[in-house]
Amino acid sequence: MKLPDLDYCAPASLEEVVALLSANADAKIISGGQSLMPVLAFRLNAPSVLVDLGRLQGLDRIEIGADHVRLGARVRWIDIERHPALRTAQPLLVAMIDHVAHTQVRNRGTVGGSLAHADPASEMPGFARLVDAVIEVFGESGPRELSAEDFFLGPLETVLEPTDVLTGVRLPAWPAGRRWGFQEVARRRGDFAMAGVAVCFDDGTDGAVHDMRAVAIGAGSTPVRLSGVEAFLEGRVLTAELAEAAGATAGQEVSPMVEDAGEADYRRALVMTLTARTLKQAAGLEQE
Amino acid sequence: MGNRTVEFELNGEAVRVEVEPRTKLVDCIRHRLMRTGTHVGCEHGVCGACTVILDGESVLSCLMLAVQVEGRSVTTVEGLSPAEGLSPLQASFRKHHGLQCGFCTPGMITAAHALLTREPDADDDRIREAMSGNICRCTGYLSIVEAIREARAAYGGASSMPAGEVAAQ
Ligand SMILES: Cc1cc2nc3c(=O)[nH]c(=O)nc-3n(C[C@H](O)[C@H](O)[C@H](O)COP(=O)(O)OP(=O)(O)OC[C@H]3O[C@@H](n4cnc5c(N)ncnc54)[C@H](O)[C@@H]3O)c2cc1C
Ligand code: FES
Ligand code: FES
Repeated sequence: MKLPDLDYCAPASLEEVVALLSANADAKIISGGQSLMPVLAFRLNAPSVLVDLGRLQGLDRIEIGADHVRLGARVRWIDIERHPALRTAQPLLVAMIDHVAHTQVRNRGTVGGSLAHADPASEMPGFARLVDAVIEVFGESGPRELSAEDFFLGPLETVLEPTDVLTGVRLPAWPAGRRWGFQEVARRRGDFAMAGVAVCFDDGTDGAVHDMRAVAIGAGSTPVRLSGVEAFLEGRVLTAELAEAAGATAGQEVSPMVEDAGEADYRRALVMTLTARTLKQAAGLEQE
Repeated sequence: MGNRTVEFELNGEAVRVEVEPRTKLVDCIRHRLMRTGTHVGCEHGVCGACTVILDGESVLSCLMLAVQVEGRSVTTVEGLSPAEGLSPLQASFRKHHGLQCGFCTPGMITAAHALLTREPDADDDRIREAMSGNICRCTGYLSIVEAIREARAAYGGASSMPAGEVAAQ
């Protein structure tokens, strides 16, 4: 469980990071190290050099603006938990991040690392997909922006080039009064979810659901937007029966990637149950 | 790769050590600096045995490189133990049988110390949540939670004995 031989550098500017990544074909960024270090310990990867983002200034900022919240790539889970205004500005984000890992890992693990690592069971990628976040990247040709929709390609696979640095993520402002639900099932609190579902919608004056959004984590090769559920509920008045029916729809939209067929079925069943429950949670309906 | 010199503060003392860049913090502390109080269980972030305190926050020393603590302050279980006897937290672990084999204990003590330093009034739910990354194969955890709960007073937190226990004394 010792790491492969490697070199280490901690540059102070984004340009230097990109230059190092360009000059060393198998270089790897290290941010919190809470996913990468286990990968290296198991020798699943053997980069020649680790480029630490720890000395870059300003990447750890949380900015709450009128039309979006911006999280710098080096914002840690613990920073989100402790931020005095974020729980109001982005309640679902904070609720989801409350489920990420245990104290020690939360003290190091970062938003950018989680998005770049793209574990399909992770909460941050799920939230980014749910709200159509914009992912900010700095690469060989300077800064550019990517939509969360196009970002995730598969388990641990994104559209990032080896020379790209993810610098931050922009989350559209959360409308006042927007309703949300989030639940996940993990073997122990803080462990990766076996499956989880997040939903949100706005209340119309007609009592119906508007801008219905739903996402499942742990139930596919990437976070999965449940577009069938969204179309099914959009414009309707949410009832317990509709929530149950939406759960059944959700089950048809996911294909959990696990070797054991029984566990895939179990995860699909979790998505169905959690979809119904989170919808009831969001609508303030009685849970059975 | 060529060795690097790393300077940091370990348990209040300035240390300077040469390591390979790939050396994990825990291995640097145990094998180079010979402070073997910090234990190594899983070496990939799931057991909590290697917990140390980095500038006031608990971290896993198996998921950090030694070169990453340049200029920073690291506290291990040795740094939390008085020269003679036991700290109040350690004494509470002994009183409540918060350890059996003791393998998890250095990680439990460092994690609990970081928690109570920041949140001396942590209630049982919070203690359980904050300690959820520390695995113990022996105690069944109840005695660990009791030990931490009672140690709160030493950190300026709520005096914590359940009413029944106070009455019995
Ligand atoms: C015991 C344990 C339990 C965990 N439980 C959960 C959980 O429940 N939910 C969850 O979401 N996560 C969980 N994690 C993972 C944790 O949240 C990681 O911290 C996170 O996924 C990765 O963030 P990091 O900053 O540590 O990234 P690192 O480990 O530093 O990097 C991960 C990958 O992303 C790349 N990378 C990092 N930053 C950037 C960047 N800015 N630009 C481009 N590439 C980058 C790295 O090269 C690497 O490939 C757990 C980890 C452990 C050890
Ligand atoms: S040895 Fe570090 S968490 Fe297990
Ligand atoms: S006392 Fe044996 S592992 Fe905790």
